[in-house]
Amino acid sequence: MASIFQGVGAATSLSSSTSIDTKKFHFCSRRSRSERKASFVVVRSGGAKVENRIGGRAEQLVTNAVAAKADTPTAATVSKPGHELLLFEALREGLEEEMERDARVCVMGEDVGHYGGSYKVTRGLAEKYGDLRVLDTPIAENSFTGMGIGAAMMGLRPIIEGMNMGFLLLAFNQISNNCGMLHYTSGGQFKIPVVIRGPGGVGRQLGAEHSQRLESYFQSIPGIQMVACSTPYNAKGLMKAAIRSDNPVILFEHVLLYNLKERIPDEEYVLNLEEAEMVRPGEHVTILTYSRMRYHVMQAAKTLVNKGYDPEVIDIRSLKPFDLYTIGNSIKKTHRVLIVEECMRTGGIGASLTAAITENFHDYLDAPIVCLSSQDVPTPYAGTLEEWTVVQPPQIVAAVEQLCR
Amino acid sequence: MALAHRSSGLLKPLSTASSSSFLHRRPYSTDDTTTITVETSVPFTGHNCETPSRSVDTNPKELMTFFTDMALMRRMEIAADSLYKSKLIRGFCHLYDGQEAVSIGMEAAITKKDCIITAYRDHCLFLGRGGTLLESFAELMGRTAGCSNGKGGSMHFYKKEACFFGGHGIVGAQVPLGCGLAFAQKYRKEGHVTFTMYGDGAANQGQLFEALNMAALWDLPAILVCENNHYGMGTAEWRAAKSPAYYKRGDYVPGLKVDGMDAFAVKQACKFAKEHVLKNGPIILEMDTYRYHGHSMSDPGSTYRTRDEISGVRQERDPIERIRKLILAHDLATEKELKDIEKQARKEVDEAIAKAKESPMPDEPELFTNVYRKGFGVESFGADRKELRTTLP
Repeated sequence: MASIFQGVGAATSLSSSTSIDTKKFHFCSRRSRSERKASFVVVRSGGAKVENRIGGRAEQLVTNAVAAKADTPTAATVSKPGHELLLFEALREGLEEEMERDARVCVMGEDVGHYGGSYKVTRGLAEKYGDLRVLDTPIAENSFTGMGIGAAMMGLRPIIEGMNMGFLLLAFNQISNNCGMLHYTSGGQFKIPVVIRGPGGVGRQLGAEHSQRLESYFQSIPGIQMVACSTPYNAKGLMKAAIRSDNPVILFEHVLLYNLKERIPDEEYVLNLEEAEMVRPGEHVTILTYSRMRYHVMQAAKTLVNKGYDPEVIDIRSLKPFDLYTIGNSIKKTHRVLIVEECMRTGGIGASLTAAITENFHDYLDAPIVCLSSQDVPTPYAGTLEEWTVVQPPQIVAAVEQLCR
Repeated sequence: MALAHRSSGLLKPLSTASSSSFLHRRPYSTDDTTTITVETSVPFTGHNCETPSRSVDTNPKELMTFFTDMALMRRMEIAADSLYKSKLIRGFCHLYDGQEAVSIGMEAAITKKDCIITAYRDHCLFLGRGGTLLESFAELMGRTAGCSNGKGGSMHFYKKEACFFGGHGIVGAQVPLGCGLAFAQKYRKEGHVTFTMYGDGAANQGQLFEALNMAALWDLPAILVCENNHYGMGTAEWRAAKSPAYYKRGDYVPGLKVDGMDAFAVKQACKFAKEHVLKNGPIILEMDTYRYHGHSMSDPGSTYRTRDEISGVRQERDPIERIRKLILAHDLATEKELKDIEKQARKEVDEAIAKAKESPMPDEPELFTNVYRKGFGVESFGADRKELRTTLP
């Protein structure tokens, strides 16, 4: 057991200011169900899903991480169930399974077919399913989104890919008025089972227009659901759930998370679209986050644990509607909330979440809700400036210390 | 006398048809299937395609049905006008009177499995697709008996079973949707087509050309129908478009210019178009038509055009008058019978309005139904969290 911890610890040495000794991984031992960290908890239907995941495994992706090779611990080479893959492969697996299962599922987007997808999510699908089911569209977001919605009105189940979420701003009218509202304005006659997906978020110096967080713009549209995936496990599960859902679902992926590696089960599984994920149970403070910020939070959690705090980290996953059940139970336990998000401060998901929590759980709070978001600026190109735009782990640590005083 | 016999055959079934859709065929005891050949008013003009013939075959039954249905549509729109003025219909109300021939001619050429999608001037198209007067008026007045349960309004009439996809408020946004319908038809290989309708105002929308490009690229069975009534609200077509020859705007996509006030020209063109797209990919039909009312009820319709122009068109090109003249010329009914049909239409419309007025307004929980397909089993609150609690299904 200790060897596993050590292996993980070595892999997570970072250039951040916090020093992490391998022996200080005592927080892992509190989750003494250590044999579970390598395998996976199958989703329990009805109950909240509890996940044991060491944030360390995902640290491979943090921007400044030193790619230290872990000494492969002996326990890790014991054959574990499941197979290892990267996040984009997990998305592809989910997509392929659903296309296999239902002939009405089709994909449309720019360069999804012959090119294989700009992030390789649809690689190999066009050869397998043909050009009509994996449709290469011209660069016309407004109309191919509209086309997807029209096809959905006729009974197909299209998955519309925006090469970058920011491009879907051109399709805002179709998403808002047709996708979100047709079920209502037709009195329930038409359902729009589309999945609109694509990478968004701040990447690595991609520039202002390619670093947008569209979840804040879409969140007011009635009639749609929004989910954000963050690990290969939940990426595949949410993709499958989104395709099976009869509602229009917007699946937010993140440009920097596509190469996350994880071991996922061989068996088929579908996650609940409206459920949040308990990443790390704790007692002192509830940290709500989603997508890439989850990893910044987990990195900060290590520091916090060393300093003696016990944060509870929840990946909210469902951006619309919020899983107020899981969140509320957590708040009732810890009485302090920190929201860490990548949206802008003004009108972001954090702003709505703050409002929702204040409305529903005000009596349980011992301190005002703190929301850490990106700055209200266009994302600059310069690397240092870009880093300062987004919430970084030291800021999270400072905020928790402030909250828990 | 043959005439008297025919008139009794006409009058009796009328009374039984009052409660159902007026579009059921009435039994004509004589001359049902005699072919009558009608010439369209003007020849078709084609762009990149050969034009269909000017001679259209029809029969007495069809002629009478055209007259009856158009009379009903005309009466419905005029009744909607007075309902709006008495504030029973609110918001926006875009009336189709003058343009009925497009709906009638199209329906005569296609089946209920072919899809139609249009913008907000959709009342008569809904009727043409098999919608009832009650559903129309109830929806216009916001009652539960409406086709969208009162939650859509004038611009959101839909009828899924008849493949009528609405009913859209944003100009031009229905064109990509229509190409999506055509995409699904191609995907399923069903051999049906989609008529995507838009106006001369929407013809300048970028998304139309984007959708047209995709439809042409993938040979989708989409027929783009431009209902050119020459005015985009208050802007005449020559002030909005550099090239008002909308049937030519598709460039590589063939087009056909049709007299939209002549129901038989429309029928011929739609029949031709349906055969064309199933083999060759999309086509644009430009229907040269005219609306007597303004753009909507908030627009008097006379600030940007003269009353003489409106009455001129009404005298020379009115679609119902054309059919009336044809019927009289071919001796299928007398003037009086035709007037009776119009009176019957008026009666049916009045009855439907009375029945629609009795229909209740939607209840408060209806506010939250049909937002999502299958709700989350959570409770939903109004703004103050005290009222309007309902459990989403």
